[in-house]
Amino acid sequence: MNAMNRLLTSAALGLAIGVTGVAASFAETPANMLVIANRIDDVTTLDPAESFEFAGSDISRNIYQKLVNFDPSDLDAGYQPEIAESWEVSNDGQTITFTIRDGLTFHSGNPVTAADVEFSLRRAVVLNKTPSFILTQFGFTADNVGETIVADGNTVTITTDKPYATSFVLNCLTSTIGGVVDMQTVMANEVDGDMGNEWLKTNSAGSGAYKLVSWKPNESVTLQSNPDFYLGAPAMERVIVRHVTESASQRLLLERGDIDIARDLNPEDIAGARDADGVTIHDELRGRLMYLAFNQKHPELSKPEVRQAMKYLVDYEGMQNSFLNGQYTIHQNFLPRTFLGAVDENPFSLNVEKAKELLAAAGVPEGLEIEAGVREAQERIEIAQTYQNALAQVGIKLNITVGTAKQILARYRARELDVYIGAWGPDYPDPHTNAGTFAFNPDNSDEANATGLLAWRNSWDTGGLTEKVSAAVVENDRDIRQQMYSDIQATFRDTSPFAVMFQKIEQAAMRDNVANVNLGGATTAVSYWPITK
Amino acid sequence: MALTDGTEQRRPRAPLAPWLKGSLLTLGSIAVTMLGLLFVTFIIGRVMPIDPVLAIVGERASQSTYDAVYEQLGLDKPLLVQFFYYLTDVMRGDFGMSLLNARPVSEDIARVFPATLELATMGVFMGIVLGVPLGVIAAVRRGSWIDQVARVVALVGYSMPIFWLGLMGLLIFYGILGWVGGPGRLDIFYEDIVPARTGMILVDSALAGDWSVFKNAFSHIILPASLLGYYSLAYISRMTRSFMLEQLSAEYVTTARVKGMSERAVIWRHAFKNIRVQLITVIALSYANLLEGSVLTEIIFSWPGIGSYITTALLSADMNAVLGGTVVVGLIFICLNIFSDLLYRVFDPRSK
Repeated sequence: MNAMNRLLTSAALGLAIGVTGVAASFAETPANMLVIANRIDDVTTLDPAESFEFAGSDISRNIYQKLVNFDPSDLDAGYQPEIAESWEVSNDGQTITFTIRDGLTFHSGNPVTAADVEFSLRRAVVLNKTPSFILTQFGFTADNVGETIVADGNTVTITTDKPYATSFVLNCLTSTIGGVVDMQTVMANEVDGDMGNEWLKTNSAGSGAYKLVSWKPNESVTLQSNPDFYLGAPAMERVIVRHVTESASQRLLLERGDIDIARDLNPEDIAGARDADGVTIHDELRGRLMYLAFNQKHPELSKPEVRQAMKYLVDYEGMQNSFLNGQYTIHQNFLPRTFLGAVDENPFSLNVEKAKELLAAAGVPEGLEIEAGVREAQERIEIAQTYQNALAQVGIKLNITVGTAKQILARYRARELDVYIGAWGPDYPDPHTNAGTFAFNPDNSDEANATGLLAWRNSWDTGGLTEKVSAAVVENDRDIRQQMYSDIQATFRDTSPFAVMFQKIEQAAMRDNVANVNLGGATTAVSYWPITK
Repeated sequence: MALTDGTEQRRPRAPLAPWLKGSLLTLGSIAVTMLGLLFVTFIIGRVMPIDPVLAIVGERASQSTYDAVYEQLGLDKPLLVQFFYYLTDVMRGDFGMSLLNARPVSEDIARVFPATLELATMGVFMGIVLGVPLGVIAAVRRGSWIDQVARVVALVGYSMPIFWLGLMGLLIFYGILGWVGGPGRLDIFYEDIVPARTGMILVDSALAGDWSVFKNAFSHIILPASLLGYYSLAYISRMTRSFMLEQLSAEYVTTARVKGMSERAVIWRHAFKNIRVQLITVIALSYANLLEGSVLTEIIFSWPGIGSYITTALLSADMNAVLGGTVVVGLIFICLNIFSDLLYRVFDPRSK
């Protein structure tokens, strides 16, 4: 459904609801049941060693415990003990020994042991699925996990190939891939040496607040509470996530009381739902960033003044207050707010005159034409068009190429686009996840083919930031590390060919009797266990 | 056979029985059509600007990971070789695994198709029951108010965006009046109560004798089925009217009237009888369109059918699922065509 249709539909719906008022007979979900409407068509597997999508992370976070985890009531506090009640770091900084908490049990009734932790982490490395890089970046391989991840009694020791910052290692262990599975149950379902991967795609074997009842792809996910959860039985005994793609349908379901939370309302429906009786809007900052990137192979775009000028030609406020209303907030740094090392400095604003001066100083010729690649997503196209208008004011013609992910990303990864308009979300809740791609590029040659690095994709030799990023990731003092990222971002803002523009705000509409909702902020996923009604 | 005079004489080949010849021809045409459908769909799937590898490895994967999965999927092989492998798998009833959820595509289709079948059958049933009489009456009383109504109904049915009508229907009958169930096939409290034998909840609940589930399922299906039924009605009534007008102006109708035959007999026993074959084509086409999956209806009503399945698969670059779904849709068209052919033979003596 295109934007115009969407707008018309929401307008018609809003008008009709406003005139008539919804719900002659209001329904209500049971007090011990939470019903959520959300898009869950990105769920491809529920195996924590393989799951790497948003909706999958939401499910996994509520099923599996990790050695360390985020407390939803205080995400800013960072990782906290969970299965590990404590840990010690060796003097050389390469070995961390976790002591396993007593009395935890899996949903099967089996106790959670150090052997389960060892099995789960080794399994994630050996299976080598998409998110495995989160663990293998510490030097773990299928060949060495026998020595690098070792259980002994009620402790588990992990030994990394370098003395990484402890916060880096522990932050990574809070990711979905750090989920601890019930070894006995999983191995009982092993087929052809797959370590239970096939079975775990659609079943669960965790010790978290909920266990999986069913996952029907593109239909629903049903979870049942774990009465033996170590923090106490969750108030919501059943959680049902229904796959509802259409925003207007989600809004109707919510206003009728057939669901408790609607997570995919568009700005028009959020505005409409805000005025509905018994509905509140919950805003939460998430980790996704929207950015522009300028290819440094381009002779004009590689000039420092031009890079600056391009950042002064973004109408940050105009976009935030119009088509991105409520869904994104201005943020000009590569670490999302609430991340360790995040800063809140946003020095750029639309300033056409200043941009003109900078372009003149750089000797940019009149009538410069550049090409911007953008994937066919409405908000990105609107950003591209807004930027096109601003560039026209300084005599630069921006030719927008809209295409599918394959078309645009293939050219971006091949360093062919002059400008890329895109989004980026962190892979794990540590500053290195973004620093290691925006500001890290050890070999800028074409031959390096480092397509996973955004700096490489834009042919940017980071001018010393690569070394600083490498230093920050092994800095063990948390405060110093935080300052290092702050400094890296200050340089990055001024010198990089990236104009980071916005950070995502998730707006969830919910019945006003639903309390203690935490969608996971920028660092983690949703937590159902604290929710009450 | 060698004869005594040393010459050989070929025994005349017995002609094939007409039914056998017809069946062989039908089977042959099905095979060729299916092969063509598979080939075209396969080639389109491969040349489309979507990337199944990217869908699996993610945007930030390294080139080596990308290349490994590329090879794993067999995409490095020539297109014809890929097609041959695919064809041999399909012959065994194996549509492959969904690239995204790693489940067999055949299982996914078996899960989503009954939802569409149930919805489309109900929709086309409503379209026939209301559309045929409306078209006949509109033709018989040409220019009358009922004819005008039929034309407006057809016009609105053709021109109104389905998502808008669907949302307005939801708003009025679910949101405001509360007469019908909301999006989805059942209220959450009724899910997983009756065992899935056919996958069609109305049928399964009736078989299980669980009438509370049946009632709830009916309250959910009635609105989307009515919506599809309306579009089907618009098409069927318009075509029926047109066919009937042609028949009613024919000389044999005048003759029948002159002979003193009652008007009802003229209309239904003569004129209508002669449009049955054409109507079968119209209804079969209408049914096939609904079975193909009315994507927008399925999206608005969160109906997990084959239309939304194929659309989601396409947007996620899950080409195995797209191909599997397309083959099933192709089969539906072919089966309905065969069924129409059989009905022609029943209703049209000339084709026997």
